[in-house]
Amino acid sequence: MRTSLRRMLAPIMVAGLLATAACGSEEQPAGNEKITLNVALFGDFGFKPLYEEYQKAHPNITIKERISDYAAHHQSLISHLATNSGAADIEAVEIGYLSSFTATPNRFHNLLDLGAGELESQWLPWKWQQGLSTDKKTLIGLGTDVGGMAMCYRTDLFQAAGLPTDRDEVSKLWPTWEDYVATGKRYKAAAPKSYFMEASGNMFRAMVEQAPTGVYDDADKLIVDGNASVKKAWDLTVDAIKSDQSAKLSAWTPEWSAAFGKGTFATIVCPAWMTAYIETNAKDAAGKWDVAAVPGGAGSMGGSHLALPKQGKHAKEAYELIKWLTAPEQQKKIFKATGNFPSTPSLYTDPDLTGFSKPFFNNAPLGKIFTASAQAVQPQHQGPKQGDVFNTIGAGLGRIEQGKQSPEDAWKQVLADVAKLA
Amino acid sequence: MRTWLYKADTRLSPYLYISPFFLLFAVFGLFPLGYTAWVSLHDWTLLSDEHPFTGLANYRELLADPYFWNALRNTISILLLSTVPQLIFALILAHLVNRRLRAKTLWRLGMLLPNVTSVVAVVVIFSQLFGRDFGLINWLLDSFGLGRIDWQAGVASSHVAIAAMITWRWTGYNALIFLAAMQAVPKELYESATLDGATPGQQLRKITIPSIRPTVIFVVIVSTIYGLQVFAEPQLFAGSGPNGIIGGPDRQFQTLTLYMYEHGFNRGFEFGYASATAWVMFGLIVLIAGANYLITRRIRSSR
Repeated sequence: MRTSLRRMLAPIMVAGLLATAACGSEEQPAGNEKITLNVALFGDFGFKPLYEEYQKAHPNITIKERISDYAAHHQSLISHLATNSGAADIEAVEIGYLSSFTATPNRFHNLLDLGAGELESQWLPWKWQQGLSTDKKTLIGLGTDVGGMAMCYRTDLFQAAGLPTDRDEVSKLWPTWEDYVATGKRYKAAAPKSYFMEASGNMFRAMVEQAPTGVYDDADKLIVDGNASVKKAWDLTVDAIKSDQSAKLSAWTPEWSAAFGKGTFATIVCPAWMTAYIETNAKDAAGKWDVAAVPGGAGSMGGSHLALPKQGKHAKEAYELIKWLTAPEQQKKIFKATGNFPSTPSLYTDPDLTGFSKPFFNNAPLGKIFTASAQAVQPQHQGPKQGDVFNTIGAGLGRIEQGKQSPEDAWKQVLADVAKLA
Repeated sequence: MRTWLYKADTRLSPYLYISPFFLLFAVFGLFPLGYTAWVSLHDWTLLSDEHPFTGLANYRELLADPYFWNALRNTISILLLSTVPQLIFALILAHLVNRRLRAKTLWRLGMLLPNVTSVVAVVVIFSQLFGRDFGLINWLLDSFGLGRIDWQAGVASSHVAIAAMITWRWTGYNALIFLAAMQAVPKELYESATLDGATPGQQLRKITIPSIRPTVIFVVIVSTIYGLQVFAEPQLFAGSGPNGIIGGPDRQFQTLTLYMYEHGFNRGFEFGYASATAWVMFGLIVLIAGANYLITRRIRSSR
């Protein structure tokens, strides 16, 4: 992973250096005051080479990065906000947590006051909206990546199960999620020893994220009980579990990581950022993975924003930095390095992006697939406890997978647990 | 004048010498404890600016929550599964190392090694051993034709796996404490017992254990307190997804500390509720440690 990453980064860094050299005369450093900007992220955003580029153009700025894992990052961010000390100047916020901050935006700098309003047209409209507070008066964060969805699959397992392996043919297998589950049944009939999907929770989540409304209505009221598309997603997922399609892996466990390379399962819902995990976890399976369209059209899963906590002292400089980091040029570099897909549509016609492919994924046109997916996303309102609600429902599906509960009991318990969240 | 100073010195100085600990304890122990109690009486959400007083509402809600009782059951089950074998193994191990052995220091140092290992490393390795698809233990079971166990999914199996991690980590440490106490037992007792024909097992039961009674009490209580607060093992066992917070989809291995963590750091950051949980835990630990003291005190003293 490391060496391949470095190999990919090298040309980008060279390009970056050339770019800075070219425009060096325009960008004069603003002040002489030495300023250190702290950036706190979860996982690697691929920013490191960009910092060097930025520091060259702004000699008075030093950038320090700290990385922790997803849950730890957000939890410490929240305690830093609550105690009003310790937060970095720039904090990454994932969409699962973003909605709890847009509901109480007072602890962040309003980027609109710093002049972000003029940049609005850079972003996908829904990505921009996600960063706005409930009253639309405060902008909390500038968008980094979006999780436009696709479906990653193993060509060797598909072949063994007598299914087509060509990605266009595979996409035709599942225009809808019903077709996807039906394909899973065909798969199980031909290859009963392996599994069709890694875990049912992702399929459920993808279906709900594609619906016009998800687990919240526009007034932030929980509608898990009343929303027919949620129930439909649940029932179809239960159908898939009952026909033994799920490998019942829980994400981010050692078993899950190992399963990518070992061919335990054949398909996984694949937001752009997932490609990096597949590549890391399945080094030996290079070329066996391919990418097809996701059933049910498009939808976004995951994606982040960069936000500036109010306690940060250098709001202006920090804003300049996130403005630069999230600008289309930089998002493109990040996509090529890490797979995180840009949220800035001006790139979606850039041949450099649309023509991007990777040998690891059997040269699947990743740029084209994820562009199509990101463009087709219909915005969906996300409520304050979005992440917790999905986790609660995911646990319910897990109980069915592990044979602890009947689908009816699991649904009843999910509704009771979700009601307690409100 | 001299005698007055001398008297004051002998009377007051000891208090002065021990005061640093108590001052630090007051600042870093008592104050947070009191503050937690104060927070637990409020509807205290981390991100909101208002914290209305709600009295005992958090406690009432807590005691009415079946998931709290589930977490308590899990904690006690893991406590018993880990502490009991751990103390028995530690006693036997200490007894063995207490005899004449070659390379004594090597054996004794070796006992401490598991404890020096970081808990994260221990859990990562054990989680892989107990893995469902690619774990060593399942591979062994499978090759003997016994079938695989989904360790995480079951209540008992997940408790056994977690208890194994705790036992592995703390047995040697406790054995060293036992050993230190055993060194003080007069050798003549063993010599005369050997002359009378007592077996090593009898010597352990009739001489060693009664002689080190205060140490046994100490170790039991310390292990109990640790066991009731167990957090890292179950959290890491489930991996870093949402299951690490609720202890599996059915909360089959959610311990009390995980339950507190879930409410404090996940579900809306309800610090008031989490503080109430912390205080209830505190009470439970005092209660159970007290009960343990009364039970272990019944070991007959040799003197």
